Order: sequence, then structure tokens, then C-alpha cells
Amino acid sequence: MDYLLTEQQIMVRDLARKIAKEKITPVAAEHDEKETFPWEIMKVMAESDLCGVYIEEKYGGLGGGAMELCLVTEELSRACGGIAICFAATALGTYPIILFGNDEQKQKYLPDIASGKKLAAFALTEAGAGSDAGAIATTARKEGDHYVLNGVKQWITNGGEAEVYTVIAMTDREKGARGASAFIIEKGTPGFDFGKKEKKLGIRASATRELVFNECKIPKANLLGREGMGFIVAMKTFDKSRPGVAAQAVGIAQGALDHAVKYSRERKQFGKTISSFQGLQFMLADMATEVEAARALTYSVAKMVDTGAKDVSKESAMAKLFASDVAMKVTTDAIQVLGGYGYMRDYPVEKYMRDAKITQIYEGTNQIQRNVIALELLKEQLRG
Amino acid sequence: MNIIVCIKQVPDTQDIRINPETNTLMREGVQSIVNPFDMYAIEEALRIKERLGAASTKVTVLSMGPSQAEEALREAVSMGADEMVLMSDRAFAGSDTWATSYTLAKGIQKLGKFDLIICGKQAIDGDTAQVGPGIAATLDIPQVTYVKKTEDIKEGLAKFERMTEEGYEVIETPLPCLITVVKEINIPRLPSLKGKIKAKQSKATVLGAKDLEVDPDRLGLQGSPTAVKKIFTPPKRTGGQVLQGEVPDIVNKLADSIKDVVISVSKT
Repeated sequence: MDYLLTEQQIMVRDLARKIAKEKITPVAAEHDEKETFPWEIMKVMAESDLCGVYIEEKYGGLGGGAMELCLVTEELSRACGGIAICFAATALGTYPIILFGNDEQKQKYLPDIASGKKLAAFALTEAGAGSDAGAIATTARKEGDHYVLNGVKQWITNGGEAEVYTVIAMTDREKGARGASAFIIEKGTPGFDFGKKEKKLGIRASATRELVFNECKIPKANLLGREGMGFIVAMKTFDKSRPGVAAQAVGIAQGALDHAVKYSRERKQFGKTISSFQGLQFMLADMATEVEAARALTYSVAKMVDTGAKDVSKESAMAKLFASDVAMKVTTDAIQVLGGYGYMRDYPVEKYMRDAKITQIYEGTNQIQRNVIALELLKEQLRG
Repeated sequence: MNIIVCIKQVPDTQDIRINPETNTLMREGVQSIVNPFDMYAIEEALRIKERLGAASTKVTVLSMGPSQAEEALREAVSMGADEMVLMSDRAFAGSDTWATSYTLAKGIQKLGKFDLIICGKQAIDGDTAQVGPGIAATLDIPQVTYVKKTEDIKEGLAKFERMTEEGYEVIETPLPCLITVVKEINIPRLPSLKGKIKAKQSKATVLGAKDLEVDPDRLGLQGSPTAVKKIFTPPKRTGGQVLQGEVPDIVNKLADSIKDVVISVSKT
């Protein structure tokens, strides 16, 4: 399908595809097995100028947007969803600065992220606050020219590996969700430590850790936007980053489909390749159609984001919801196509299924996405 | 320092097919790539440039071929090469390695002062490994073939490690010189986005026969003494012979059959 990408977008996609094929595919299984962080791939990404595709040129990026972020994430995910998320989670951690940072903050943090010198991470979730983001317990106490943070963030992608963290903490607990604020915190700040590295079902190349703040003192200049805007920062960030998760899901589904098609032409049963059986052909046809539909929705939303549309919550949620459900289904079917071989870890397909699962959970569970969509639908009806 | 990298656009042999009747390459629909050995040459030039300082070193990529060979040159620029020169002219068509070496050497002379010429050890389509050495001979400069490491390089002098079948040799040579490189020398980098954008915007300098001081009789088909009489696929090897039984018996049988071969060869 032709999505009328610009020349530059095609260049970005092709380069990401080349990196995925030549550099990521050969190491994906090993990083998954050993749960090691793919620094060597991050280095290749940096040298290829891909880290800053969604960052303004003024700050050392390529000047693209959500579409470029999606193209890179999808292509990398086609080879490894875990490695792709190291890139995409940096975008998630960077968007608060892009959207709400002042020029000084952008000048300080964006160039190093665009050049790939530093990774970023976003920290909202806590043990007692997942879907109910308003329930976060981490606090930021104002003391003169500083804020002092206390609390523990949980399951933070790129935790420990990233240098720059955007963290949501309560500055005024009594105001509930309106009492949350967003901060930029650098690794190495006294009072800021990391908990254990989590053991996960999928995306095992990526690092997931706790962030522990214990009387962590940061300058006032690290506040993003104004006090009380933390929740808005988080929601607006998710609006922009959800197409990225959708793209990850599309890439994972495409990768699994690629393997299934290839295998179906090699595997012989009853004296014929299994691709000659209509039952299997129908499965492949359905998988391909679903992947293309997910891609079309994802790209449409990414383009909508890039044209500067004001409210993209509903569409963004739809893309993430649909693409991740497709990824789960297609990767499960891909294993079915490979049969017993698909279930074995010697073949790459079971990993796609493990990697796909998280896309239905993070950056808002798919149930939360449905909430967002329904809420917007009902609001639209009220507006008439 | 001026470094010139000679590259060739070749069909991607990974998806190549041979016409079984004519035994020639079926080029339709086959993608063109930069000769893989030339990728190591480009990478080595870029590494030397990084080592000596970007400001004082210029990497020029040079290719002889039809206009579409500019794509290969662009790939080198997207990796970081500074300039590209395409030698393209109907008069060059049909060149064998002798005429190609001559033409490329004349093109290099036209470009002015140079310190180092780097070529891949051979192209994967012809596999002759003759053009690099041919250029050096025409220009009358030293050559070091099968280089696997640049040990040292500075104004007027360089030291290379050269692969041999037994090990390697260390060769010190004055500059200018020509080297051909093997795949052990480095891992070529991927292009960068900024490089790709630059490559898209740049244009190759095109040199034709009339731009060069050349003897027209030494160009193209008429300047090529090589004549291809016939192209054929060598017969497939047959299965061989498996010796079975007790070890001493096998050794004796083997020794006898070797003797037979030696006798029959010495008789012919």
C-alpha cells in the first residue's frame, strides 16, 4: 500500500529497515535470551541520525514528527519489539520536554537526545497507581529554589539506562490530579536511585526498573510547565506517543507475518508446501489484511498529529487499541502457522507473541483506551 | 590529504540468476549494489579521514560506468565521502580490465594531487582483482594489495599490513600509493540520514573521454585486448569415492589410488 510518504520519510523508513535487517535481526534472540540492553544498536541508531527524527532541527533533530517516530519504531519492531522500545521509550520521555519545555530546557536536553548521546524515560506509574494515574504517591515538596522528591516509580522503561527522566509527582496532594506536576530529573542526582531490573515476559532487551527518590533535591528550573500541570503533561504526551506504541504493534505483527509466510512456502506436509492449502492461505490473508488496516489507522493518526490537530485523544487511543489487538492476534496465528516449530524458542516467532502482549498493556491498557474513546464519543454527542 | 576511492556498481549476486542456455547473467530486475569489497575501501578512507582530521582530508569516490552508477557514488557520499566523480562515456563501453585501469588512471590524473588510492580487492562480478594493480601500474606508483590494516599513515608515508596465505606482511611505502583492501580490514558503517540528505542534493562531476588526455585507441572495446571466447559452467563434481572397511585396508587402498593418479598424470 502506498501511504504517500514524503521523500524524507521514505529515506527514514528505508534506513531504519536496513538497520533492523542488518544489525538487529542477528542479535535479537540473544538480547531476548540474556535480557541485555542493546547499547550497540543504540550506537548504530545514533550514528545514523535516527535518534532525533521527531525532534526540531533547531535542537539537532531531523524536524519530523509522529510519522517519522512511527516509521522508525515500526521498522525496528519488525526485527525486535524489545530493541525498538528503547528508542520509542526515549521519545515518550522526550515528548514532555518538546511539548511543555521552555527554550532553556529544550536547549539543555534535546540536542543530546537528538544525537543519541543520551536516552530518556518517562515515569508516571507506581505500585498503587497504574490506570488510576491520579493516585500517585510520589511527592515533590517545594523548598526555596528547589523541589525535594520522595517516592517510588515502578516499571519504568529505560530505567537505569536513560540519563534524562521526566517524572510526575504530587506538588499538592489535596488537589488530586490537579496537584500533580512534571519534572526533569537527571541520572546521578543525589537521592535518585534505581531498584531491581524486572524480569519480563517479552520486550526483554529493554530495561524496566524502579526509580527510587529519597529526599532528591532538584532545582526549580527543572519543573516542566507550571505546578499542577503534571496530569495534562502526561495526557498530552500519551496523545502523541500512542501512535508510536501502535507502530510498535504493527511492526511486531508484520515481523511475525513475514516469518509465517516464508515458513509456509518451505514446510512440506502431505507432499506439498503448506502454503498450497487453502485453510492456511486464508489465515495468512486475514493476518495481512489486519496488519494493513492497523498500519493505515496508525499512519492516519500520526499524520493527524503532525498537522497540528488540537485534540487527538480519541484517534490516538483507537490506533493504539486496534494495532495492539491485531498484533496479539497475528502473532498468535503466526505461531499456529509454524505449528510445533512456532512454539519452540529455536524459531523467532514465539518471541513476537511475547513482545506483542505488552502493547495491549502499557501507555494505558486497552481498557483505558476504550474509556478514552467512549468518553470522547459521548462528549461529541453532547456538543451536538 | 586527498584520498580517492575507486568503486564499481555490480549486480547483487544474492539474487542473481543465470540464463541456462546462454550462460550469461540475467540482469533484468536484479538490483545494483556497490561492490561489497569497495564498501571496505570507502569505510577505510572514512576512518583515515577521521584519524587525520576531517578538515585536512578529502575523500573522493570515483566510478566508471553508465549514468546509473551515480547511485553507487551517492551511497558512498551518504556514508560520509566528500565528492563524487563519474567517468561515463560511450567511448568507455566494452572496456576490459586493461582499458578500465588506463581510463581510471587518466581520470585520477585529471583530478589533481592525490595521496592515497583505495580499491576493493576485486569486484564480485568479474572477480579479476586486476583493476587496482592496473591503475597503480599506469600511474607508476607503489601498490600494496590485500591490505587488512592501516597501521600508520601521515604526510608522504604509510604502513600497511597485507594478508598473505601464510600470515601477513608489514609494508611501509611512500605516498602517493594505491592499496586494495580485504574484508578483514573493517566493518563498513551504515549511511546516516544527514549523509543521505547530502547525497541526494549533491551531483557527481562527470568526466568523458574529451575531458581527459588519453590515447583514444586505448579506450573501450578497441583498447581491450581481452577477448571472451566462451562462457561455460564447469561440470559439476561427481560424488567421489567412499572407502570402507578396516583402517589399515583403507589406508592401503588410498595409497594405491594416489599412486595410480600420480602415475597417470606423469605419463600424460
